Amino acid sequence: MTASKGSAVRPNPTVRLLGLLESLTRPILLLLVTAVDRILTPIQRRVGIDRMGYFFVLPNLIIFGIFVLFPMLLNFYYAMTGGTKLFPADRPFVGLGNFETLFDCEDFLSPNSCQEDLFWRGVFNTIQYVILQVSGIVLFSLATALVLNRRIRARGFFRSVFFYPVLLSPVVVALIWKWVLQYEGVLNAIVEIFGGESKRWLLDTNWAMFWVVFVSVWALMGFYTLILLAGLQSIPPELYEASSIDGANTWQDFRFVTLPLLMPTMFVVLVLSLIRAVQMFDHIFVLTGGGPGTRTQLMVQYIYTTGFSNQIQLFGLSAAASMVLGVSLLILTLLQLRLGNQSSLS
Amino acid sequence: MRRVLALLFILALLASALPSMTQDMVELRIRWYNDGNEGEVLRDLLDRFEADNPDISVEIDTVPYSAILENLPLDLAAGEGPDMARVTDLGGLAQYYLDMTPYLSDPAYWEENFGPFLNWKRLGDDDSSIPGFMTQLTITGPFINRTLFEQAGVDVPSDMSDSVSWEEWAAASVAVAEALEIPYPMAMDRSGHRFAGPAISMGAMYFDDMGHPTVMDEGFRNMAELFVNWHLDGTMHPEMWPLSEGYAGANEEFANAELVFYMSGSWQVGQFSEQIGDAFDWQTVPNPCGPGGCTGMPGGAALVGIGATEHPEEVTRVMEYLASQEVLGEFAARTLFIPAHAGLSAAGVDFDTDLQLAKDSLGVFVGQVGTLEQTAFDLQAYAYNRNVFNATRDRLTQAMVGELTLDEAIARIQDDVDTALAEVSG
Repeated sequence: MTASKGSAVRPNPTVRLLGLLESLTRPILLLLVTAVDRILTPIQRRVGIDRMGYFFVLPNLIIFGIFVLFPMLLNFYYAMTGGTKLFPADRPFVGLGNFETLFDCEDFLSPNSCQEDLFWRGVFNTIQYVILQVSGIVLFSLATALVLNRRIRARGFFRSVFFYPVLLSPVVVALIWKWVLQYEGVLNAIVEIFGGESKRWLLDTNWAMFWVVFVSVWALMGFYTLILLAGLQSIPPELYEASSIDGANTWQDFRFVTLPLLMPTMFVVLVLSLIRAVQMFDHIFVLTGGGPGTRTQLMVQYIYTTGFSNQIQLFGLSAAASMVLGVSLLILTLLQLRLGNQSSLS
Repeated sequence: MRRVLALLFILALLASALPSMTQDMVELRIRWYNDGNEGEVLRDLLDRFEADNPDISVEIDTVPYSAILENLPLDLAAGEGPDMARVTDLGGLAQYYLDMTPYLSDPAYWEENFGPFLNWKRLGDDDSSIPGFMTQLTITGPFINRTLFEQAGVDVPSDMSDSVSWEEWAAASVAVAEALEIPYPMAMDRSGHRFAGPAISMGAMYFDDMGHPTVMDEGFRNMAELFVNWHLDGTMHPEMWPLSEGYAGANEEFANAELVFYMSGSWQVGQFSEQIGDAFDWQTVPNPCGPGGCTGMPGGAALVGIGATEHPEEVTRVMEYLASQEVLGEFAARTLFIPAHAGLSAAGVDFDTDLQLAKDSLGVFVGQVGTLEQTAFDLQAYAYNRNVFNATRDRLTQAMVGELTLDEAIARIQDDVDTALAEVSG
């Protein structure tokens, strides 16, 4: 509109600014392209164009090698050593001794019969926590995403509300809930208003696990809801129109249209939430410290305590426990990937 | 224009000279944690030192206490620690300390004034190194809220007897709590060190004939049984031990008058002076008694030089200044810490407080030094005592929530201690 009025009209400031930036950066970009070209062309001539892909991923591989692969290998070595010295060269090689210590049990179902009873308590607590937390995350995130995908009033507001806890630091989340759940906290005040009796929620061994699961589901579900919401919005509306013409009701829409098409996204949610659940430490550490006793102490806390918080730091045992955790996670993820591939093929 | 150019030239000259001036300055770092106002006092003292010694600058890196316990040992093992550090794991970190003896202008002063406590910072056969000095001597012991006793009409047991048992204190505290509907009759810091004093009073030996740490005796079991049962029947703060990881204290509950009897230690006096003041009558009472005595545990924090420092001479100069009787006396007076310095103990410290409650409490703690059992000193001097303390803390907690029976818990403590020590010697 403005352009049609001829040269008397000045272009708007944003366009002018972009033009200025372009004229300023063009020589720099040209210089960069020339420099990169001078470096890459001889390399490409030498290694051939087919192998240039390796060259491009090399920087990432180097970072991966230094910060992931090397520590993993170092951890593997530590797991095979004993003593209390920090440097690998000073540590005596003990082979599988640390793993033997971890798996020295009369009855694997009774942690008290194991030499490292705290490790096995951590294993059982982790299994329980993962099952409850991942189920909770998937179910509540799905339900929330389905609701938030509908045309409801103040949809944008509710989407923000559910996502908000994700932005909070885990320590803040845990402290907020600690205040809510303490004996003189908000929850007991509400319970008393309704004629109930105050309870030490986190001290009760049965309730403690419920609350750590509840708090982490509350804190994390917003993130997974967002992923599922994106998945829901990618389902073509024509499919719902077609199912509606076929006379499908809401449940049938969900069962035969939404769920199958959302499955790949749900699978992503399942894998991500599972990995996060197995690695859980921060929320629980602040909320219950792993207590009461060791009721909510997960494997990661055992690894941390054994390796770092005791006066005599058993790095070898801690590294061995972390390897057990890592391998378990790997097996679970591979299993999930396999199941995911099968379901997408079918 | 000429003037401007001349000014710029002079400024450029000064700027170029600045690096060569700062090159001569040695920067030292202290890893420090705070219980109260001691960080501020230290900064003030160091400012004066820096004014008199322009070639040395001292930076204080204040960290949480947990970082001193958990991160500092790793840094030291990696050779990346500070030049000086305030530590409480005195023997456990001894291998990393700087022996300042060759650099000290008067080693005899250190032996004379810090002598009994230097052994706490030495390893094995070492009986001569001088790695640092105690910033404070601490004695564990109980605080009571006397106002609550008066309001409840319950006699304070220590007013009537010099030798009050743990059971008598428990009964009196419960009576006060019940009369006034106070939520917590008793609490003890979540620490095996705090538990050790009462256990020794009940007859725990902590070491066998070979000098190996042990908890397998009747005295330890008796105190452990009382302690676990008090958590089950609500005599002790029910959440502090079972629902925490690592150390936990009941300062807030005591300061809010929600707690009748609080087993902690002398380092709290400064905090209580600030937090409570004279809002109610709080006081320190002598350690409760049992068949093994009426003992608390000695302890404290030390400022030590770190062996990996590149500036041992400068570190020693800072330490000599801070450990001098005059400066340490001021530090103790302003922080309300009990000094571990023979000269100051003999001369007495005029604590910098108008609060009579604080002065009285410090007086009781100082008086307790003479009642401490030898076992308590031996345990404090033992390099791997935290190994015993942490196992005690964690396993007794498991007994409180029913994960282990008391006997299983005690056996596990012993097993944890033995396993960790085997790794050290292996």
